[in-house]
Amino acid sequence: MAIGWYLVVSAMIFCIGALGVLVRPNPLVILLCLELMLNAANLALVAFSRMWGGPDGQVFALIVLVVAACEVTVGLGLIVAIYRRQMAVNVDELNELRG
Amino acid sequence: VTQVLFFLAAIGAITGAIGVVMVRNPFYSVLALVGHLISLAALFLLLRAEFVAAAQVVVYAGAVMVLYVFVVAYVGGSDEPLHSPGGALKVLGPLFGLALAVELCIAMLGSTLKGISGKGAPYVPGFGTPRQIGQQFLTTYLFPFELASLLLLVAAIGAVVLARRRRGLQAEDEVNPLFQPSRSQFTGTMAEAAGMRAGAGTDPEADRQDEPLGVAGTRQPNEGGW
Repeated sequence: MAIGWYLVVSAMIFCIGALGVLVRPNPLVILLCLELMLNAANLALVAFSRMWGGPDGQVFALIVLVVAACEVTVGLGLIVAIYRRQMAVNVDELNELRG
Repeated sequence: VTQVLFFLAAIGAITGAIGVVMVRNPFYSVLALVGHLISLAALFLLLRAEFVAAAQVVVYAGAVMVLYVFVVAYVGGSDEPLHSPGGALKVLGPLFGLALAVELCIAMLGSTLKGISGKGAPYVPGFGTPRQIGQQFLTTYLFPFELASLLLLVAAIGAVVLARRRRGLQAEDEVNPLFQPSRSQFTGTMAEAAGMRAGAGTDPEADRQDEPLGVAGTRQPNEGGW
């Protein structure tokens, strides 16, 4: 398969993720959509690594994997903290810094 | 065979992505993301990135998704209504997504990269194996590698601090009076910050005697910690 096809798939996944971040009100689903966007970037990185024949793109993809794991950990911790304060888990209603 | 596998994996990945966005229940969103990640790992294998594919399945579809499932089960994934009063974003969001897709298509069609239409560089044995990746990590990319470990440590500590059970804003009579370890002042309960409890007073000697709560380690009978 040509490399361009992989890039097309990556672009579609990225757009779907961006759409989800904008539309969904639940922060859990927003985190999932962020994962989608990061994975789309990963796919593009690995595809370019295959295109050039060097391992650097795959190294970048692994670093992105690590950063995504950190982001998930902190994001889920925030959601649990919000839930413990008995506030609505909804980004449309969480609009004040001082809860 | 490669083309059939590619289209199967690509359709799986895109269907999973659409499922994440469209499904109402967050629990099923997580399951759709697991399917998406496994299809993506198949795509990585087709691109001869064995180690990244293995890491994707083990780390993402294994560990991170388990974390998600736990949090969804804890917070309670409630079905949200299809047409909640969301305002302008509900209309502008799909428009933005469509505009982004069009822009990316234009960028890809107008790209002058020659390699895009080719099948990539000729395959050399050992490409994408753990040996090669590890060599890169320990030589060329040593500093990002160490930085990533530091980032993981910071994120783990941050998550523990964020999700800690701080019992600041409860009534004081819920606290078991028999078990009150002494605690130094200003160690950061929410009640002190809000000025509701005596810990924020000015006389440290008087406060230390009747400080009614400990930050951690006090197990209440009604507190089902985890």
